[in-house]
Amino acid sequence: MVDKTQRNKIFGTPETTFLNHSKGFASWAFTVDHKRIGIMYMIGVTIALFLAGFFALVLRSHLFSFDGQGLPFYGKLSNADYNQMFTLHGAVMVFSFIIPSIPGALGNIVLPMMLGTKDVAFPRMNLASFYLWIIGTGCLLAAILFGGGLDTGWTFYTPYSIETDTGVIYATFGAFILGFSSIFTGLNFLVTVNTMRAKGQTWFKLPLFIWSLYATAIIQVLATPVLGITLLMLIAESTLHIGIFDPRYGGDPVLFQHFFWFYSHPAVYIMILPAMGVISELISVYSQKRIFGYSFIAFSSVAIALLGFLVWGHHMFTSGQSVVMTLIFSAITFTVAIPSAVKVFNWLATLYKGSILLNTPMCYALAFIFLFGIGGLTGLFLGALSVDIHLHDTYFVVAHFHFVMVGGTLTALLGGLYHWWPKIFGRMYNDTLGRVSCFLVFVGFNVTFFPQFVMGARGMPRRYAQYDPEFQIFHQISTIGAFVLGFGILGAFLVLVHAAFYGKLAGANPFKAASLEWQSSSPPDFHNFTHTPILNDPYDFDALVYDEELDTYISREFADPAKVPPRKEPVHH
Amino acid sequence: MADAAHDDHHDHGEFIAHHFDSAEQQFDSGKLGIWLFLVTEVLFFSGLFVAYTLYRNHHPEIFDQAHVFLDKYLGGLNTIVLLFSSLTMALAVRAAQLGRNKNCGIYILITMVCAAMFLGVKAIEYSHKWDIGIFPGSLFALNYQHPEPTMIAGISDYLIWISMIPAILLVLFSVASIVGLLTKKTVFSKLMLGMAITVGGYFLGVFAGYSYMEAIMDHGDESHAAVTVEHDDQNIHMVSMTIDDEKSGAGHDGDHKEGDHAHAEGDHGHGGHHEQAYDKHHPDPKSLSKDVKIFFSIYYCMTGLHAIHIIAGIIALAWVYWRCLLGHWRTDYFGPVDYVGLYWHLVDLIWIYLFPLLYLID
Repeated sequence: MVDKTQRNKIFGTPETTFLNHSKGFASWAFTVDHKRIGIMYMIGVTIALFLAGFFALVLRSHLFSFDGQGLPFYGKLSNADYNQMFTLHGAVMVFSFIIPSIPGALGNIVLPMMLGTKDVAFPRMNLASFYLWIIGTGCLLAAILFGGGLDTGWTFYTPYSIETDTGVIYATFGAFILGFSSIFTGLNFLVTVNTMRAKGQTWFKLPLFIWSLYATAIIQVLATPVLGITLLMLIAESTLHIGIFDPRYGGDPVLFQHFFWFYSHPAVYIMILPAMGVISELISVYSQKRIFGYSFIAFSSVAIALLGFLVWGHHMFTSGQSVVMTLIFSAITFTVAIPSAVKVFNWLATLYKGSILLNTPMCYALAFIFLFGIGGLTGLFLGALSVDIHLHDTYFVVAHFHFVMVGGTLTALLGGLYHWWPKIFGRMYNDTLGRVSCFLVFVGFNVTFFPQFVMGARGMPRRYAQYDPEFQIFHQISTIGAFVLGFGILGAFLVLVHAAFYGKLAGANPFKAASLEWQSSSPPDFHNFTHTPILNDPYDFDALVYDEELDTYISREFADPAKVPPRKEPVHH
Repeated sequence: MADAAHDDHHDHGEFIAHHFDSAEQQFDSGKLGIWLFLVTEVLFFSGLFVAYTLYRNHHPEIFDQAHVFLDKYLGGLNTIVLLFSSLTMALAVRAAQLGRNKNCGIYILITMVCAAMFLGVKAIEYSHKWDIGIFPGSLFALNYQHPEPTMIAGISDYLIWISMIPAILLVLFSVASIVGLLTKKTVFSKLMLGMAITVGGYFLGVFAGYSYMEAIMDHGDESHAAVTVEHDDQNIHMVSMTIDDEKSGAGHDGDHKEGDHAHAEGDHGHGGHHEQAYDKHHPDPKSLSKDVKIFFSIYYCMTGLHAIHIIAGIIALAWVYWRCLLGHWRTDYFGPVDYVGLYWHLVDLIWIYLFPLLYLID
């Protein structure tokens, strides 16, 4: 039954792949191939990450001394420069890096392959999404080059954003464009998952990464347009003074906060949900154990997406909201903890009695659970009204959302990159160096942000260029940690880049993973699959057997029947 | 299953993209995509609707005083035009589903003409407002003589400036159509002719709106033969209102007397029904709250954004029209007409909400 040449053709080292089937600049710039677009996104967000990371290191260096540490080649930052640095760090990180990172880079490559299809539903729109990302990021950076910087904080709060003479219009226009980039990705994913699943692939046979991207896409499509109109109104306010947000003309500045957070709170879940999806895949594959509580994890993604729309007011506990509203928003904020905890407990239950492989992606996944756990639990402190009055706008908040955004999303992105890297480039990374990078990221991250909880709780306000000397020791620890973290991330990327060019060949499925993308060759063919992939349960690892000749895992159906060991667990469908 | 070779040769029709398995899958994807896009559009406008709701709730007097500057007959005309265009759009979809490209093209063309006509009427409305100083935001400087807003007589300079672009387009499309005809590029020629007719719709709208404005002014000023543009500062006492105008109280008495005097004369002159309707659009600027400009900010944001969507709609319709001329629509392939149609109905629907919210406040 099994044709050996057929098998070798599918799982062996391919001659033509999506990477080499056509060459030249135009073959990339005008490609509609989701994998190439994903790689371009990957390069783009990495540049944004390093740029915004550079701003972060400038900040941290400045804060090394309570009255401002002089920087090499520059000298001391003025307070205005400091304001610009933290604003640009936040704006570039949020709009150009975190939001597009996992959906744009990993989702783009993996989602259609997990569905066994050739591409996303609207390939040209997918390319447009990437170009909008470039234009939007360009506008953000134009604020630095032509607009005299940006010093409003990434939130563009009125009335200051109307009064400042820095490049608010460039930056808000950039964020507006980036919003459409995000909408295009989300819309594409929603339609692709709805209409282009493999034959017989019902909703509950989808990998959990798909569920989380789907939930993310719901938020992208429903929340981002509101940001778009808000930023347009802000641009109209600062150019024409239309009087909607500006109190001098009869407007209401808190209305801007409501509009902004109606998008930006759900956007927090745009950032974390895809990360949770990655972790669900990683934990299951590297425990070689069926994911525990599949439907709970799936529905908790959707629950987070929906609840995320109802909690924006918790950013305005101190902005003069009515008491009733603060109570309601506080209560709903606590409910978000439930689906988040459901996920964490299910991941832990998956690990229990699994055969755990502590390779680089798994190290990142475990780091995620630890860091996200802290980030999530400290969110409950901030959701509690009386505690928030004390902690609002302190370093406690800064530490909280960095534990979620960096400890969560960035860690998951790195884990996901290590997991799918052999699939995308067909080459294996150096696992030892990968784990060293993970260790540096984990240690550096904790050293950076844990002291910030302490000083925040003691009253150190965020966004201050100078501070009381009693906090200096915490800031110094934090700065040292930031450099360790920076080296860790740089190291992680160097290991990956080295692997893409010089790593040893990986084989089609080196990790014994069961979702459909592993049934293609590594790197995949231009059309993703050279055969119709066999639909199986994405968490049934017993469906795979080791093939000595190809040195990789293949589906039972392709293996030599004489050598196939009996199934350990019953087939579910 | 294992030996199933990759099937790269589905029964692909002419217009089925390579990554879809069937025409049905492509249609379903497009349909879901456009519906999601419409959801984003609704949410995009929602910010403005929320702003409207809040300010109407907080400052009802602003809306009460400001809405009289909007002419509900012009707004009503535009409502009818858009409703009619939705009908022709629906007929176009029907024609495309039956594969009748020619009929579809005619209906699309009528839809485009209606869209352009809407913009023409809107241009009359905007230019009239700018004439009397109703600009968005800080540019707002209500400035006309009460009760005789003389500045609105004649063709507005603003209208001429706005109409420049359609005029240039009309010339370009007409020339392109003739060139196409001469070089025997039939489809191109027809497309350009259709676009020229579409732009003609704009001028139809301008003409309709202008005639209406003239009519109400004629009725309002029968006895005032001298009502034309008189830019003689000594003769015409301008009542101006700007946001920084702090000394309006000082000049209040004098203004009031003149105003009363003029008003008495006006009443004496005719005092008919039309005079009232006419005056209603130009209340005494001094009687208005200084925050009325917020109403106009919201008005310009909402109607401006809507007008941008109308223009985008015309571009989308032109694309569909072009494909009608190429004869692309078949009973098993008509998706794009359907999608553009849905978009067009949404643009219509948003206007159906804007019209009562802005024009029919009383």
